[in-house]
Amino acid sequence: MLLHDFTQGDIGAFERIFRQFQGQVYGWIVRIVRNPAAAEDLTLEVFWRIYRARARFDPQRSFTAWARRIATNAAMDYLKSAPREVLLDESAPALKSPSTKSGIDLALVQQALHALPAKFRVVAILALVEETPYAEIAEATGLPMNTVKSRVFRAVRMLRKKLTRLGIQP
Amino acid sequence: MNTPDHDLRALLKNAVAPIADTELKRDLWPHMLNKLNQRPMRVSRLDWVLVALSLTGCLLFPRIILALLFHL
Repeated sequence: MLLHDFTQGDIGAFERIFRQFQGQVYGWIVRIVRNPAAAEDLTLEVFWRIYRARARFDPQRSFTAWARRIATNAAMDYLKSAPREVLLDESAPALKSPSTKSGIDLALVQQALHALPAKFRVVAILALVEETPYAEIAEATGLPMNTVKSRVFRAVRMLRKKLTRLGIQP
Repeated sequence: MNTPDHDLRALLKNAVAPIADTELKRDLWPHMLNKLNQRPMRVSRLDWVLVALSLTGCLLFPRIILALLFHL
């Protein structure tokens, strides 16, 4: 009933949906963009897109899945347009201790990751860093599972190549 | 999980730590409401084309103005 009212443009229904799902949407986006302030802005952008597309939403389907897909697209747009340096999470331990015990400069590893094209960076961050299951990534990106696996594989290959060029052998 | 990518995964996690705190710290609804109220009304491209065509028509054939006024 709530979702049905929302699709009819009921602003009260939209407010309840927003309050119920804003945390989930933010939590998903911040894992991808790794910047809390940007994630808040993107959460608003996602709900703006959701509000605009309300008439196309089928209330019988999962709102969470729909919202997550829109959130992933918005995060991907952000990664494509944002300057590389703002994507670094300032709270990451890497910036406090810039090298591993074996002497690998972690800033170079970050550089290699951020040099990946957005569509590969998203799956690399989700699969390799956040350990998100492939099925969940597939649902969020709207890609078949095999495409997700293939993108992770290609991201790994590109990362190894870039790291090797930077003198790092993982 | 000891996959062939295990070392790379470990290295990435060292460089880009998994986000520990994914909790939203404040209610964003007031900002959303502002955004909804501030978005200007968008005029479609088709409307702009029609306006441009009408103006061009009036400039080229001034008698059209009388016809337009008659229909208003």
